Amino acid sequence: MNFYQDNKSLAFYLRHPMMAEIIRQKENDFADAGKDVLAPKDVDDAIDNYDRILDIVGELCGDVLDVNAEAVDIEGPHIVDNAIVYAKGTQQNHEAMRDAGLYGMALPRKYNGLNFPYVPYVMAAEMVSRADAGFANIWGLQDCAETILRFADDAIKDEFLPRIYKGDTCSMDLTEPDAGSDLQSVQLKATFDEKANCWRLNGVKRFITNGDADIKLVLARSEEGSTDGRGLSLFVYDRKEKAVTVRRIENKMGIHGSPTAELVFNNAPAKLVGDRKMGLIKYVMSLMNGARLGVGAQSVGLSEAAVRDAEEYADQREQFGKKIREFVAVQDILDMMRCKTDASRSLLYETARYVETNKKVCDMLTPVLKMFASEWANQNAFDDIQIHGGSGFMKEYKCERLYRDARILTIYEGTSQLQVVAAARFLGNGAYLKYIADLDNFEYAEDLLPLRDKLRAMTEKYKEIFDLSGNKETHHRRLVEAVGYIIMGYLMLQDTTRCADFRKSCENIIKLGQGEIAKTYEYVKE
Amino acid sequence: MKEFQIVVLAKQVPDTKNVGKDAMNADGTINRAALPAIFNPDDMKALEMALECRDIIKKENKIDVKVTVITMGPPRASEIIRESMFRGADNGIVISDKRFAGSDTLATSYALAMAIKKLGHYDVVFTGRQAIDGDTAQVGPQTAEKLQVPQITYADEIIAATADSIRLKRVLQNGVEVVESKLPALVTVHGNAKNCRSRHAHLVISRKNDEIPMWTADDINPDFERLGLKGSPTKVKNIENVVLAKKESIAVNSDDEGIRGLVEDLTAAHIF
Repeated sequence: MNFYQDNKSLAFYLRHPMMAEIIRQKENDFADAGKDVLAPKDVDDAIDNYDRILDIVGELCGDVLDVNAEAVDIEGPHIVDNAIVYAKGTQQNHEAMRDAGLYGMALPRKYNGLNFPYVPYVMAAEMVSRADAGFANIWGLQDCAETILRFADDAIKDEFLPRIYKGDTCSMDLTEPDAGSDLQSVQLKATFDEKANCWRLNGVKRFITNGDADIKLVLARSEEGSTDGRGLSLFVYDRKEKAVTVRRIENKMGIHGSPTAELVFNNAPAKLVGDRKMGLIKYVMSLMNGARLGVGAQSVGLSEAAVRDAEEYADQREQFGKKIREFVAVQDILDMMRCKTDASRSLLYETARYVETNKKVCDMLTPVLKMFASEWANQNAFDDIQIHGGSGFMKEYKCERLYRDARILTIYEGTSQLQVVAAARFLGNGAYLKYIADLDNFEYAEDLLPLRDKLRAMTEKYKEIFDLSGNKETHHRRLVEAVGYIIMGYLMLQDTTRCADFRKSCENIIKLGQGEIAKTYEYVKE
Repeated sequence: MKEFQIVVLAKQVPDTKNVGKDAMNADGTINRAALPAIFNPDDMKALEMALECRDIIKKENKIDVKVTVITMGPPRASEIIRESMFRGADNGIVISDKRFAGSDTLATSYALAMAIKKLGHYDVVFTGRQAIDGDTAQVGPQTAEKLQVPQITYADEIIAATADSIRLKRVLQNGVEVVESKLPALVTVHGNAKNCRSRHAHLVISRKNDEIPMWTADDINPDFERLGLKGSPTKVKNIENVVLAKKESIAVNSDDEGIRGLVEDLTAAHIF
């Protein structure tokens, strides 16, 4: 099975009209063409490269990762001699991706990367997640390289970045027992060792995904006596130093492929990334935005897995002498699952397109994506079990694992509630409305104009709700949701203009949004 | 030191696992246009063994090693050469000519042997045990005969290789045999051997536009009487599409008693 070839949406978004500009920018107007064998010569050549590489990812996801997922879920990682050993299937997954040259896809070619823009990279992440949402963390943490690339000095870049391609894994060590969502409270201590001319890290980190990674980005308090985020700096630690002990692996509800560890830093030597005191304020914020987009991809991948799993079962299971899909009530659930998956994917790639072209729009869409995609992945996993009926409640079926795996998505890398906080500032300053107006300004297919008019009416309703709410914090979630429905409605309408296959999901997302906004109106009015 | 040359013989075949309604022509021949063309699965395993052999020789003997894939077929068979390059093969050649059409295993092995000779120097040849379209398992052994080199069939695993010898594990009906041979030799690889490594991202991008050399019959200096239909004593009289139809069926309860009854019936009927 090939997860790229069996999902035509990916090839569709890969050829979005904005891609030409994104590629030109990323490839610096094809300055390396002819000089580097891996450099594309024009837009079409670049897209052909992405297409071919995504085909490899899709094949490995279907033939290796997906096949291993169940055994990985059962086995999970272990601690041996204070270090983490992955489940057997996880090791195979990691080796398969490494041997195919798929680590470091987004890194510049000088570090053995492929210099891929975000869109194809996120597509790979989506497919990996569809196969095994837990492994998606290990593979996806190569994002840390992006932070090193952007903020670290050349010596650090040259030391660490070429190792990503060779399969060295990463982790971002932020959370501590008393610093979860509130990272300003981080206590892990960083002191400068004059004698050894390096920083030393001491303290405990908790809930660290892929905690025993080869390359760790560590948030630590470098300014003695400071108490807030301004006293924190970011460091890079090399596992080869052997100065970090894995104290325990958490026994989690889901994503068993991804080890979550508690770590003790014992005078661990580390290098400062960028400038002191900018750790949380600048670098972690950038790291988090990437991670949130990553969870968006993870969520969409999981939704795709759930909807396919449900469809397969509904086509196979017979009751009352016919396939259960033929019952309206079942088909209705499947339609909703498909529509939520398609709509969150459309928002995912829209957000990914803006990572490199418009940071403001990207910052504005990321929390909406993270919130919707993760909440819907949970709803889809829930519905997948519902379609399976009593069998779905049994541990033998995949839907049970998807349900457990999905649960973390609305929590880590910022809870849904924190996404609302991140999105709220764009409600008040009218940024969402401006972006929606831009979406409206598009040449929609003639037969889709009634749907566009519905979206216009929804936007007017939203404005009324906003005024009624007085932009009070208690209504922020409802307002962000309303905005999300309108944005996804418009995006799906643009997709449908380009490809009629999206029509059903487009109609459904607009209907769903219309109903939700009407409810919100009544609620806020009261 | 001279280069160590590994040759892989591979074939592009119709994907007989995905046979659609229109897979057969009315006259009983295979409708190749309706079937997707794939890399013959056993040959893919042979490619992996060749690449492993290259890795071993390079590491142990520190000499230059090249893997060259040869296929005979229509021009589109170059697809499997490219696929091989994406997985690590160094070179590939398509042997394509209308004069090869209608070749049976004798004519095919003759053409392949001539192509290998044309390469000049070779140390070891790997090929799949058999192709899924003909299932003869003759081309490998016949090629070895024509090259007058030892042949090791049903290879499952490569254990060691040096500049002048190779040691392999063979899987036979009643067990496993480890054999060593002097080089040059020809190895046919069993379908249960290790799966081929994945395409590599860097190779896919860097080699996607490589030109693949195409040799015609003239290039391999053959005796033209031994090529194609003329050189093929095997004639296919008729191909039948055999559909195994269910004649009778019994329901077996999936409990111990049901299974016991089934085993007894099968034993009584001498099927078990």
